[in-house]
Amino acid sequence: MTTLTKVNHDSDQHAAENHEHADHRLFGLATFLVADGMTFAGFFVAYLTFRAVNPLLPDAVYELELPLPTLNTVLLLVSSATFHRAGQALKRDQAEQCQRWLLLTAGLGLAFLASQMVEYFTLPFGLTDNLYASTFYAVTGFHGLHVTLGALMILIVWWQSRSSGGRITSQNPFPLEAAELYWHFVDGIWVILFIIFYLL
Amino acid sequence: MSIPSIIRILLLGIILVLGGLWIGQNVNLLPVDASLNAAVYDELFRVLFSIGTILFLGILGLVLFSLIKFRRRPGQQGDGLALEGNLSLEVFWTAVPAVVVLFIGLYSFDIYDRMGGMVPLNHGAHDHQQMDMQQNIWGGIGANVEVSNTDNALAALPVEVTALQYAFLFHYPKGDIISGELHVPKGQLVSLRLEAKDVIHAFWVPEFRIKQDVIPGQPTVLNFTATKTGRYSIVCAELCGPYHGSMRSAVVVDEADDYNTWFSNNAKTTVSEA
Amino acid sequence: MTAAIPPTSDEQLDHLQPTGWLRYFSFSLDHKVIGLQYLVCGFIFYLIGGLLGGAIRIELASPMSDFMARDVYNQVLTLHGTVMIFLWIVPVVNGAFGNYLIPFYVGARDMAFPRLNAVAFWMIPPAGLMLISSYFITGAAQSGWTAYPPLSITTPAAGQILWILSVLFLGGSSIFGGINFIATILKLRRPGLKLMQLPMYCWAMLGTSILVVLSTPVLAGTLILLSFDIVVHTGFFNPGLGGNAVVYQHLFWFYSHPAVYIMVLPAFGLVSEILPAHCRKPLFGYTTMVYSIMTIVVLGLVVWAHHMFTSGTPPWMRLFFTIATSFIAVPTGIKFFNWLATLWGGRISLNSAVLFSCGFIVNFVFGGITGVMLAQVPFDIHVHDTYFVVAHFHYVVYGGSVFVIFAAIYHWYPKITGRMLNEHLGRFHFLITFIGFNLCFAPQHWLGLNGMPRRVAEYDPQFTFINQLSSAGALLMALSTLPFLWNVVQSAINGPIAGDNPWKALTPEWLTSSPPPVENWTGEAPLVTEPYGYGVTEEQFQKTATNNSDRRSSDQ
Ligand code: HEA
Ligand code: HEA
Ligand code: CUA
Ligand SMILES: [Cu+2]
Repeated sequence: MTTLTKVNHDSDQHAAENHEHADHRLFGLATFLVADGMTFAGFFVAYLTFRAVNPLLPDAVYELELPLPTLNTVLLLVSSATFHRAGQALKRDQAEQCQRWLLLTAGLGLAFLASQMVEYFTLPFGLTDNLYASTFYAVTGFHGLHVTLGALMILIVWWQSRSSGGRITSQNPFPLEAAELYWHFVDGIWVILFIIFYLL
Repeated sequence: MSIPSIIRILLLGIILVLGGLWIGQNVNLLPVDASLNAAVYDELFRVLFSIGTILFLGILGLVLFSLIKFRRRPGQQGDGLALEGNLSLEVFWTAVPAVVVLFIGLYSFDIYDRMGGMVPLNHGAHDHQQMDMQQNIWGGIGANVEVSNTDNALAALPVEVTALQYAFLFHYPKGDIISGELHVPKGQLVSLRLEAKDVIHAFWVPEFRIKQDVIPGQPTVLNFTATKTGRYSIVCAELCGPYHGSMRSAVVVDEADDYNTWFSNNAKTTVSEA
Repeated sequence: MTAAIPPTSDEQLDHLQPTGWLRYFSFSLDHKVIGLQYLVCGFIFYLIGGLLGGAIRIELASPMSDFMARDVYNQVLTLHGTVMIFLWIVPVVNGAFGNYLIPFYVGARDMAFPRLNAVAFWMIPPAGLMLISSYFITGAAQSGWTAYPPLSITTPAAGQILWILSVLFLGGSSIFGGINFIATILKLRRPGLKLMQLPMYCWAMLGTSILVVLSTPVLAGTLILLSFDIVVHTGFFNPGLGGNAVVYQHLFWFYSHPAVYIMVLPAFGLVSEILPAHCRKPLFGYTTMVYSIMTIVVLGLVVWAHHMFTSGTPPWMRLFFTIATSFIAVPTGIKFFNWLATLWGGRISLNSAVLFSCGFIVNFVFGGITGVMLAQVPFDIHVHDTYFVVAHFHYVVYGGSVFVIFAAIYHWYPKITGRMLNEHLGRFHFLITFIGFNLCFAPQHWLGLNGMPRRVAEYDPQFTFINQLSSAGALLMALSTLPFLWNVVQSAINGPIAGDNPWKALTPEWLTSSPPPVENWTGEAPLVTEPYGYGVTEEQFQKTATNNSDRRSSDQ
């Protein structure tokens, strides 16, 4: 009963898929980011509830310094802007400039990660010390994972947008756009995280 | 729709409602009611059971009627009637359930209030700077009775309940009694303060219609007044490990005199007021 | 309609896509193949879950813990709940029928992201195997499908971790599926097809997928925190380390209440497809059905704490969640009354698909009413965590979703295989399933009201008789799968040929050959703007009633 075969237009359609469905893929990614955002939302709400109802045990240490994370916030916000510039450069077919902006973005992302590491190692508490400490590490760690993934994606995009032989061009900007959308999302999450964990 | 069919529908409706009410009032599915709560609870149960019976039998009747009346008979080929919708019908069957659930909600709320569930909790330590965890009492039924000033006018009998795998322990602060069974006098308000040692358990007395989770780190309260003497099971109702099913105890409701005898036989410290 | 199949030309065969039965074991991108993979895989897990349910009922046939050890009982009931929910109902009502039908309904040749689709399916078998094998390797999780800490932190860690991993996988699979459905329904519609012309199942899947995307990630995050508690001894949910066990419950139910609508909304959608075709009437109240689905989605997100009325939640919270939960009865009621109105005045063929659909209506209304009772705080305080709750949810998940899955199989079997099922066996299957189901679960209401808690291997001997009644019902249910299995296998081999559209249905999947070609339609996809355009006008109806002439709307 399964002897039916493909019909003619099939091959055209699959060939055309990449271009035709590009906007769907961005849409799909946006939907995924909504889902991902809900994971963070769950974490944030859990943290806020802990803060509201679970007093810190008497001898527990939980203090955060502001300078380094503020620097981190600036790093990420600037990197969002540089990524945006990279996208514009691609649209104008300026592969070289695009690559330069991308490299800068990746650099900022890595700088963020490095400074986050510095913060981790200088904090006076460890992962399992107390409830707030655990939540802090779990959530910033989960975010850091996102930044790491994003930085890798940027490097791949950087490699693929080289002027000769790269797959990302103004005709096929999807991978860059996807990475950019993701990166903005990760930045936005950081801003909320910064407000909730450091400012409140 | 012709007049006689409207009358027929009305008549059927009335029979359905009366029948449902009758069933709700006369079919008893609950065990004995042995606390003030239980009587109130049973009132709610009868109302819910009546409404539920009416709705269920009504819909069951409609389904069966449609399946029989409108079944495709041998040889019949045509389609059914092309009815796509009817605004007033839609409004009708949106409004009626809305009114019914609103009624149920408000009514059960009133019931809950009568059980003492709406008494505001005395959240002592909202501020996490304040380290005294003991103050933080979590929801239950009834307000927390302060154990320290036992001679106040509330005249509730305070008991501290500790749950651990797989037993309940009852501590009477007044006589410093520790017991594996809960003894309470008939007709007196009892205020339990429950806390678990290891995992979550639940304190349930089916005949009292009350249940409260016993949570580690978050003490809860539960107030009740027993109305019938006897021995009732206390059942652990929250999965707490392999022996969850055998985690049981009993509450013994005595007349005041018998209770006092038990109390003074077991009390470690003499209490003037007993 | 007869499909003109173009002559085979070898070079056109996509070498990535095996044909014949082998493709069902391959990384196929065809949505129909994936749908069937979901269905068959899900059904196998149903048999496993049913076997576990049977083991539970055998243990409970006597008040002593004699059939299995107590900790084994807890493993069995945890596996039973997890398998039934995450490996049977959710993948089948969403994945199986969603994949098979949605592309037809929107007039597409496949899902929006075929590769993601295949990935989503292929996450399921390994996750399921991991879950089941944990029983044999390390001992399965023992803390129920809800995995409440601190119990889940203190029971043997290996089983619990494997449980968390497999639920994470299954959750991921269902998120990918959800994204795909949203994109397909919103973005892949055939030009000219408006949203309000889509068959109802599309709306149900859209609503469900929104719930999946919004709530499943929260479960994932929560389980990650829980695994930290288990593995590295953080104290998020461990009061002994300053954590808060109740926060876990909030997060868990923020997913798991919507999950019950993830299990039932697609079933609602399927019933809305099945009833009109067999009653030969339009679906009554299309617009209100759409709005009620969306209302259920919104309300479904804000009622989770009705599972926690005894968890020490503050009074205002109980008040809010009681009212919000009760109001779900209104949009749900709208759907049921619309189905009743669809039956009313129809020409109903009393075949297996209709019987199972009507069985669903009856059972679900029963379970829904006990649900509204449970939503009342003072009522719930007595019956929470008792067999009353067990009875409630089996009425909605089994009497609801599983009955609809059977109805859907009877309805779409001719589409999928091109052959008809045996009607007599089908009705027999319905009869014993319906009787067995009610015998098994109706008495459990009484057990709960009278003092039997859930999740126990041993109980007060006064409940023995009623438990045996329930076990007898479970036996009937187990037996009832036999005629079904026989029917499905037997008919695939030599059932009568169905023809392309045996029900003369108007929804798009029937307007192609049965089974459909790989790209769904040879040529253009049809534009179906009235998927429920059955029925005759009043005058015509009077005439057909008298002369029996053939006036089926779908006869071209
Ligand atoms: C498919 C799954 C499904 C569905 C659809 C539902 C639907 C509903 N459920 Fe249920 N529920 C579960 C699966 C489901 N449930 C599970 C698995 C559990 C246990 C989890 C666990 O602890 O392990 C549970 C537990 C559960 C509880 C917690 C009990 C406890 O642990 O103490 C509550 C309490 O409010 C509840 C309520 C409801 C309500 C109000 C609905 C409503 O949506 C029902 C609405 C439908 C109707 C009401 C019928 C049709 C309407 C009409 C005919 C209109 C007229 C009606 C009226 C006016 C009343 N459910
Ligand atoms: C979602 C769907 C679902 C379905 C379909 C079922 C189906 C069944 N359930 Fe399920 N059940 C749950 C979901 C479901 N359950 C959940 C979520 C829980 C809570 C778990 C927890 O507390 O954590 C639960 C808990 C639960 C309990 C309570 C356990 C306890 O609290 O101690 C009981 C007890 O009677 C029970 C019984 C049954 C029975 C008899 C069936 C029957 O309907 C099953 C019928 C099917 C069959 C009998 C299969 C037939 C096939 C064969 C027998 C042949 C097998 C052959 C081979 C494999 C080769 N279930
Ligand atoms: Cu203690 Cu169950
Ligand atoms: Cu719920």
